[in-house]
Amino acid sequence: MFGVLQFPGSCDERDALAACEKVGEARMIWHEDMSLDGIDAVVVPGGFSYGDYLRAGAIARFAPVMDAVREFADGGGPVLGICNGFQVLCEAGLLPGALLPNDGLRFLCRQVDLEVVSPDSEWTKGMEVGQTLSVPVKHMSGRYFAPPATLDELEARGQVVLRYAPGQNPNGSSRDIAGVANERGNVMGLMPHPEHAVDPLTGSDDGLKLFAAVAKSAVPA
Amino acid sequence: MKARVLIRPKEGILDPQGKAVERALPALGFDSVRDVRIGRLVELEADDASHLSELCEKLLANPLIEDYEIQEIG
Repeated sequence: MFGVLQFPGSCDERDALAACEKVGEARMIWHEDMSLDGIDAVVVPGGFSYGDYLRAGAIARFAPVMDAVREFADGGGPVLGICNGFQVLCEAGLLPGALLPNDGLRFLCRQVDLEVVSPDSEWTKGMEVGQTLSVPVKHMSGRYFAPPATLDELEARGQVVLRYAPGQNPNGSSRDIAGVANERGNVMGLMPHPEHAVDPLTGSDDGLKLFAAVAKSAVPA
Repeated sequence: MKARVLIRPKEGILDPQGKAVERALPALGFDSVRDVRIGRLVELEADDASHLSELCEKLLANPLIEDYEIQEIG
């Protein structure tokens, strides 16, 4: 069973739920819920949790449900943060780095190509290095940042999971990084929206591969 | 006590808001303004000032990307 978190101000939780339901069972989890009982994988969706006040993700990390998410992640449970969800996981310290305002200072909404850098995370398991995924981005603060020494470590440990294809870095992210994982590989965050690319009708179903990877390994059929 | 917390993007981190403002200034005739950086100002009242640094580290600023400065204002 996938669990999709819902904060006040989330806006992509319906698409995330629909994406999960294409590969398994899924249900919504309200931000005030204290338990993740029966959940095998957690998706922290995109949107503008708590209005993005202060900094994107800064307040959502203190939501009651986040204690359970932290415990779940510490126990090895798969967690995916998409866009605002990525920002929340970085603010919560479950993922390294931070997301800064786009270098062009514009809200971006476009299809981008991503390259799989590491198939070692739970969410990219079974993919091939260099494989391309066509997925949309839509964000205002998506510029991934970490100090250079941290970036070196992340690269050395295979924690850089996805990069924007050459020439397609839309927001000034350090080293074209689009998605990172924790050291164990169970927690992953990315700015692009795989949940918006799960049907050929909308141009690409490449995003479904992330949900399918976890459905195969962690979610009982 | 009342306090004012100033939060700024860390030195060396690109601040696109500051850049945009800087680029707009010459059109108004302000040619000599450089290095515009935009941060946040938080004013608050607290019974105990000793928690303020912790509060800044945990919520008001993200120490990875921002510096903060606490000013007591009475």
